[in-house]
Amino acid sequence: MTTAWTFSKRTLLLGLGSVPAAALLTPAAARADIEVNVNRADVQPLPIALPAFGGGQVGSDIAGVVSADLARSGLFRPLDPASFIERDLNSAIVPRFPAWKQINAQALLNGQATAVGDRLQVDFRLWDVAQEKQLLGTHMEGSAESWRHIAHKISDAVYQQLTGEKGYFDTRIIFVAETGGRGSRTKRLAIMDQDGANPSYLTDGSAIIMTPRFSSTSQEITYMELRPQGSKIYLLNLDTARSESLGDFKGMVFAPRFSPDGAKVAFSVERAGNSDIFVMDLKNHATARLTTDPAIDTSPSFSPDGTKIVFESDRSGSPQIYIMGADGSNPKRVTFQAGRYNTPVWSPTGDYIAFTKQTGGEFHIGVMKPDGTDERILTSSYMDESPAWAPNGRVIMFCRESGGGGRKLWSVDITGRFLQPMPYPGAGSDPAWSPLLN
Amino acid sequence: MVTIRNPGSALRLTLIAGAALTLAACAHKPSYPTATTAPPVAQRAPEPRGPTAPPRTEPVTQNALPGSERDFAINVGDRVYFDYDKYSVRDDAGPILEAQSTWLKRYPAVQVRLEGNCDERGTQEYNLALGARRANAVREYLIAHGVAAGRITTVSYGKEKPIDPGAGEQAEAHNRNAHTAIVSGARMQ
Repeated sequence: MTTAWTFSKRTLLLGLGSVPAAALLTPAAARADIEVNVNRADVQPLPIALPAFGGGQVGSDIAGVVSADLARSGLFRPLDPASFIERDLNSAIVPRFPAWKQINAQALLNGQATAVGDRLQVDFRLWDVAQEKQLLGTHMEGSAESWRHIAHKISDAVYQQLTGEKGYFDTRIIFVAETGGRGSRTKRLAIMDQDGANPSYLTDGSAIIMTPRFSSTSQEITYMELRPQGSKIYLLNLDTARSESLGDFKGMVFAPRFSPDGAKVAFSVERAGNSDIFVMDLKNHATARLTTDPAIDTSPSFSPDGTKIVFESDRSGSPQIYIMGADGSNPKRVTFQAGRYNTPVWSPTGDYIAFTKQTGGEFHIGVMKPDGTDERILTSSYMDESPAWAPNGRVIMFCRESGGGGRKLWSVDITGRFLQPMPYPGAGSDPAWSPLLN
Repeated sequence: MVTIRNPGSALRLTLIAGAALTLAACAHKPSYPTATTAPPVAQRAPEPRGPTAPPRTEPVTQNALPGSERDFAINVGDRVYFDYDKYSVRDDAGPILEAQSTWLKRYPAVQVRLEGNCDERGTQEYNLALGARRANAVREYLIAHGVAAGRITTVSYGKEKPIDPGAGEQAEAHNRNAHTAIVSGARMQ
């Protein structure tokens, strides 16, 4: 499960003589005149031209991956390459802008991939077509097999340049791969790139795996294993394959989630039918109990600054969302609208809490401000659950099950406009998003 | 493993124009910390019942060896059902659990595991907690009827192991149950 690529990048120093001085002197603070707003639902996707990079098949493949990434964000509309007029573009010359204006491209990304031994060098430039201005010029280098990784890094660079938000494309998804029908499901821990490429299994299916969650600081996950003998919570380092149990508890343990610094795990412990929230310091396994209510207290999730924990409890008679101090102090209910609220997850950027809501016989993924205001229902179906944030806090992946059907991974952005199944053909549940890869 | 060839600039995309973009890179056994408060077994007001428990599918036969797992399943009943989002023992489950406790006292070598199950109209983590409540409700019932606590363990499968793979209210009613599984000590059939 070790990542098999090496990678570096540096300033692009090619073809300077052919780039207009005006482009070179653009002030650092000046953002492109074209800008995409990720927080509004009424924006039109930005038309962008993504001609195949030079360098043969790998150049073409890189442009294809970038195009798919940007299209799936819902914020960009890659133009049909068949419409392109300028065909002899390469990364060392300035594009003929009128030819790109004519097909209504607002942005243009071109590049060159070059194999040097077993290394791959990639140069790319992002252009503002209307302003005839270069926005990005970068040289990246990695092992030959890291070409998809390089492509996702390019997607992130373009997304960040044009939206002002960090990207989320050079990331992985840990999830539960499911095989077999309802009643005889095998549930294995699995991992794939965020675009569904390179899926692989990490467990053999002998135990039910549930709720894997990424650390936001490292390639480490925590997950629950369920057997007839009971449940256990594990930590697994994806780089070293080192695995460790949180220990043995009387009763069920479930719903693990890392603190933002990765130093603690909050989780539920059940004893004599009562589930409460605990937190364990991973250095010394010191464990503290945070809730004592006889109700169900579960699904803890830390605020990004680590000072608060949002969780669900049915202490009012139905499951609702509460926020308490990270030491368990001062729990306060934040949901009061009709419906049952489950699995709150604080966004990595802190501005929203995602949740699962049950109302009117359907399940929904929604977001709200941490004080419970501005609730926005993003999805509705027979069963939507298990929201997971992209590291930039602008996209949510979740699990959708149709009545009588299998479970699939879907994603939706925080405006609710771009709802789509993940490009992974198998059945899956319990997604969790990695932080950006290095 | 990830190796960075040029650590100084590895996390930085530098623009030709001079602007810089930063790509942010983004077991020992613990003791159970404190005592818990056991919840009341049936604290909620009874609500209208869902579909009633399904009839047992196995034909009732007389040839099960007394004290065997088959005897328990066929002649006693190894599963009781719950109302939606409830964990109180229903009236129709009482006679089954009384028969279970009588049988278990007659065969004192038997160890059981109470497996709590839920329908799919709830989220995974909530259902793990709800299934644990159901398993514990049955455990307390059996203990109150004279079965030694040391003979009983519990587990919650949440909604992960439905006995009825269908969708709809009938399947959901089947899947809201607590199963009394014999772990050891039964006579071999």
